[in-house]
Amino acid sequence: MSITLTMPALSPTMSEGVIARWVKREGDRVEPGEVVAEIETDKATVEFEAVDEGVLGKILVPEGGSARVGEPIAILLEEGETLDQLEAEGAAAASPQTGAPAKAEAAPAPSAAATATATPAAAPPKAPAPAAPAVVRGGALPPEPEIPPGTPMVKMSVREALRDAMAEEMRRDPDVFLMGEEVGHYGGAYKVSQGLLEEFGERRVIDTPITEYGFTGIGVGAAFAGLKPIVEFMTWNFAMQAIDHIVNSAAKTLYMSGGQVRCPITFRGPNGAAARVAAQHSQEYSSWYAHVPGLKVVVPYTAADAKGLLKAAIRDPNPVVVLENEILYGQTFEVPQLEDWVVPIGRARIAREGRHVTLVSFGRWVGLALEAAEALAKEGIEAEVVDLRTLRPLDRATVVASLKKTNCMVVIEEGWPMCGVGAELAALAMEEAFDWLDAPVVRITGADVPMPYAANLERLALPRLEQVIAAARQVCYRD
Amino acid sequence: MCAAARKGRRKKEAPAGDTTTVESRKTTTPGELPPRDKLFQFLRDMLLIRRFEEKAGQLYGMGIIAGFCHLYIGQEAVATGVVHALDRERDTVITSYRDHGHMLVCGTDPKLVMAELAGRITGCSKGKGGSMHMFDLKRNFYGGHGIVGAQVPIGTGLAFAHRYRQDGGLCACFFGEGAANQGQVYEAFNMAELWKLPVLYVIENNKYAMGTPLTRATAQPDLYRRGEAFAIPGDFVDGMDVVAVYNKTREVIPFVREKGPFILEARTYRYRGHSMSDPAKYRSREEVEEVRKHHDPIDQLRKLLLEHGWATEAELKEIDREIRAVVNEAARFAQDSPEPPAEELWTDVYVEG
Repeated sequence: MSITLTMPALSPTMSEGVIARWVKREGDRVEPGEVVAEIETDKATVEFEAVDEGVLGKILVPEGGSARVGEPIAILLEEGETLDQLEAEGAAAASPQTGAPAKAEAAPAPSAAATATATPAAAPPKAPAPAAPAVVRGGALPPEPEIPPGTPMVKMSVREALRDAMAEEMRRDPDVFLMGEEVGHYGGAYKVSQGLLEEFGERRVIDTPITEYGFTGIGVGAAFAGLKPIVEFMTWNFAMQAIDHIVNSAAKTLYMSGGQVRCPITFRGPNGAAARVAAQHSQEYSSWYAHVPGLKVVVPYTAADAKGLLKAAIRDPNPVVVLENEILYGQTFEVPQLEDWVVPIGRARIAREGRHVTLVSFGRWVGLALEAAEALAKEGIEAEVVDLRTLRPLDRATVVASLKKTNCMVVIEEGWPMCGVGAELAALAMEEAFDWLDAPVVRITGADVPMPYAANLERLALPRLEQVIAAARQVCYRD
Repeated sequence: MCAAARKGRRKKEAPAGDTTTVESRKTTTPGELPPRDKLFQFLRDMLLIRRFEEKAGQLYGMGIIAGFCHLYIGQEAVATGVVHALDRERDTVITSYRDHGHMLVCGTDPKLVMAELAGRITGCSKGKGGSMHMFDLKRNFYGGHGIVGAQVPIGTGLAFAHRYRQDGGLCACFFGEGAANQGQVYEAFNMAELWKLPVLYVIENNKYAMGTPLTRATAQPDLYRRGEAFAIPGDFVDGMDVVAVYNKTREVIPFVREKGPFILEARTYRYRGHSMSDPAKYRSREEVEEVRKHHDPIDQLRKLLLEHGWATEAELKEIDREIRAVVNEAARFAQDSPEPPAEELWTDVYVEG
């Protein structure tokens, strides 16, 4: 049976091609792999090779002529077949290049080629895409854990809380291990992993060379194989070398594999400005990671949340980014003394109740918001402080509920303002609470500059108490 | 031999001459020929890859496959020889975006691969990954990675998991000579040797990183020596000779399981462009024809079978016919399958629960 050669799509963007030269002439024998013609596309002149064997029976598009992708350009005859026979049978009966399925025959037909180019004619009609779910959460949100009455509260630093979380999870699950720079013998660059090497040994507490890109990729590979790595970055600043594996390998592979390949990994370390280490060691990455579908992002403030969220992160079957803060490591908070304290990812917390203004923050800056609320209370403004705790999936409901109560909102974050978390929350206020807003949302952010070294300039580059107080007064019209 | 190599005493000097042409010299004594059945498996797998890729190229021309599509034609002996030497029950395999051949030789149903190329729900990634992102965990195949060199640390991580679990497995981690210049490759090499991870790095040197010949992109073109700075031993093999690849891989595997990483450079050649949109003007037609005529991995194996009287022309023709039928069936299956339903847009972003 004869085969119709059609104008091939030779690049992802090609819609039409010009026959630059017919290498084979009518009557020539054609072997698979032989060049039949040279075709000029939108990008280059490309050789067009035969897939099937036969005799070039008829050239339908002459040299210099053009055809749209899928349009017939020549007819290849089988051994012994003649063009006259073919014409007698009717050219319409000629099978296309594949010579196979009925559906494919429609693809190179001239009528189809006139409209579609790279769209396979065999493709079924596309259904309209459903509306985006408000939040791609990754499972139902577990309730806030209860603290039974009488539970003793212990004072604990964030540093100790993080270590306890890792130790408890490593005792619980032999597949959990910790890797990173100085996590073992040194005891952690910030002493977060102190004591873990002694308890779990070198097999599970692994010092790496200073090669973030490499060890992050190794961690991701181990997670693909079903282990549950905790990858510590000495600081998140250095994870920029590894962000390719965090985003391209960890976050996207579940989707790209149609749900086959899981990546149960935890990336953690201190984020944001510490003190006087200047621009390359003082960056805040919340909005970078919160931008990425496939990642979960948590930013704890209290020791209780640091412990509970890190335990949840380690158990989560998805890649979780845990943004800690060096300044917070040494701060102490009360932590419930429970055997298994886990805080669900995706749930914000009302850190202080109030009715006049909503102050939203996360991580270290919740402390500033609480300080501002205390000061504002003295002048009769009752501020409600929302500690987001998780940035992705964002607890939109808690923010909106508070906003509907207070009718105005100030967002405090350390990151740069452009496309930041504050910008996202301002959009949320527009989308879900527009009619409840009495004043435009105000953002208090890090200054839109690289972090300076000088003490006075560094202070000016970070959110300040007086800014928050002024913003709260402004949205409450108390100026 | 391997222990000696680890001390830096290599048996061979780097091959002299122009490395942009295919290394035709046998780098190993062929040793014992694998049994006839094994050779037939090689032939079937290599033919399956060849015919499958030709069909994929054809469907690309028809607009049924789109985007980036990197064909493996010419390189069939590398994946075939290496994968057949592995313990498929416990060893893992990972490669780059030029991954269709590796999947097929790992045993994934060609229908699922072709359907993925066509972006259909029946594809191995439900049509959401495409040519460069295909996985088959049931067959220990971990992809399919689109970022040049990314599979090297990830594959080293698979080897880390083998060692962590003490399961005796190894990871065969394939990458091209272009990826061999990536920084993350050397970060991974360092940790692989430091921790003695069971990983076999297979560098598929097809002479061209997209359009740039090896000699214009690399200061030291003997890629099997790329581990020297980390004390990782290496060797090279004629990647157009499936028996040589298979034998060499079998030879080094015990070393990898017991001692740690090894670099195997397979000198091979791709007949087609880097991807479907590559006009391949950076090399002459004569160069490609020379390899096709004299070094084709499938022709060489056919000849071997005929010379030993282990197959007749008629038998070989019959095998080719069978393989063509399998590939046609895969193409038909792909084209008859529906696209993913719109709801699939929102699934598999997170593991639920």
